[in-house]
Parts: sequence; structure tokens; C-alpha cells
Amino acid sequence: MLREIREILSADMCTGEEHLDMRIQFGSASDLMSDVLAFSRSGALLLTGLMNVQTIQTAFIADISAVVFVRGKRPTDEICALAKEKRIPLLSTPYSMYEACGRLYSKGLLSTMKPVCEGTVQEEE
Amino acid sequence: MSASFSRSFTIEGRDFLNAGRASTQIKTILKELSVDPAIIRRVAIASYEAEMNVVMYATRAKLKFTMSASAINLEIDDEGPGIPDITLAMQEGYSTATSQMRELGFGAGMGLPNMKKNSDEFVIESAVSKGTRLTMTIYIN
Repeated sequence: MLREIREILSADMCTGEEHLDMRIQFGSASDLMSDVLAFSRSGALLLTGLMNVQTIQTAFIADISAVVFVRGKRPTDEICALAKEKRIPLLSTPYSMYEACGRLYSKGLLSTMKPVCEGTVQEEE
Repeated sequence: MSASFSRSFTIEGRDFLNAGRASTQIKTILKELSVDPAIIRRVAIASYEAEMNVVMYATRAKLKFTMSASAINLEIDDEGPGIPDITLAMQEGYSTATSQMRELGFGAGMGLPNMKKNSDEFVIESAVSKGTRLTMTIYIN
């Protein structure tokens, strides 16, 4: 649940507290929105260091359930307003991308992708 | 549902502030029409990738969205530099993006291949110095 993710990451909630009971099974991490559009899956959590309006637009388009900004980055009012409108919760964690991913993975948040072999990318079943 | 539903949008090149507006509106329309969420996601991704390409590379474009009982069609017709080598542009990882585009999280060379992946039918035609025309169809059933 998003509530547990917030605790594991010691994260502040920038917007979307009403979604704390949302169930999230998969996580992805990228600063490349092109990769989010190509390799994420519906309902996944997105961890990113990229802070702009396109992050929220991309999350909405790709059915990302919630966005976590790493390294203590705080979204601007404009970004928060857009996320609220699109009903996407935004969190801010003090941890680095590496540590935030490690903490969530070790607590059982699954990856959206299987390892890549010989250039082929497969989604988890 | 009636025979078909259609909406047209104008996308301005370099307008990074409004980039994604057309595709988010299309997504909202499809949600209101209770289309299968998996189909909506494919249409939205294909449309958004195309919209970002127009914003990044072209002068402007018309995006026409049409929905019939059996399929959703996206036509994006732009005025722009065109693509000299479509086979090369369709390769994953090939990109001519500038650093500004990359700072926004785009320009990884995944756009066109990802549009094709999310479409059931994908047609690209381009004329150098004139523009590019994309036609993408996603079946509903």
C-alpha cells in the first residue's frame, strides 16, 4: 500500500493523501520519460529525479499510480496542481534513487520488468 | 455507440509548456466512454509519443482522433523537417534529440518504435523539408 511505501521511504506527501490506501505491487525508477512510456506497466510506482510538468503528464499517460521524487526534491506548486488534477499522489523522499529502490525492493515491491536478455525485454507475468 | 466520434487538435512545435495536452484530453475522453483501460493506455502512449515528437521537432501538426465501434485511429500530420531515413529512425536508440529535449526526459530514441509497438496498424510517411504523417490504428475488440 502507498501508506507503507511512504513509511519505508520516510517520505513526505506533497499531494494525494486521500490515496494512501492505494495498493501498489510494482515499482520502476527512471529519469527518462521515454523509458517510462516504453517499459512501465499500469499501476506501477515511479521513482524519479526528473522534476517537471512532463513527469506528471507521462505518469498520467502511462497509468503510473504514484510518483516519488528522490533526493529530497520538492515539486513546485504548478507540478502539484497538475498531479492533483490527474489524481496522481506525489511523494518526496530524502533517500537517493539507489537507496530508495533498494529499500522498496527488499520489502517486496516487484520490478515492472524481467532482466533483459539478448536485447529482448519482457514484462513480468 | 454512434458510427464514429472524432476530435481534432492543433499541436504547436516548441510549445513544451502545453506538450501532452491533446493526448491527456484523448485519454480523458476514452475514460469517460468506458473503453478498456488496456486499450486506453496504448492509445494514450502512442498519441503522447507522437505529440512529443511534434513539439520537439516540427513547426506544428494536426492530430485527428477518430473512434468507431471497432477501432481507434490517430492521424498526426505535421509541417516540419521530415525524416530522411525512416528505417534508421525506427531503430530503438536512434535519436537526433538536442540536450534540451533530453533534459525533459525525452529523446532516447524510443518514440517511433514505441508507437509501433502500441499500434495494431502503423504507417509512417515522410518528405524531407515538408513533414511527416503518422497513421496509427488500435483495434477495440
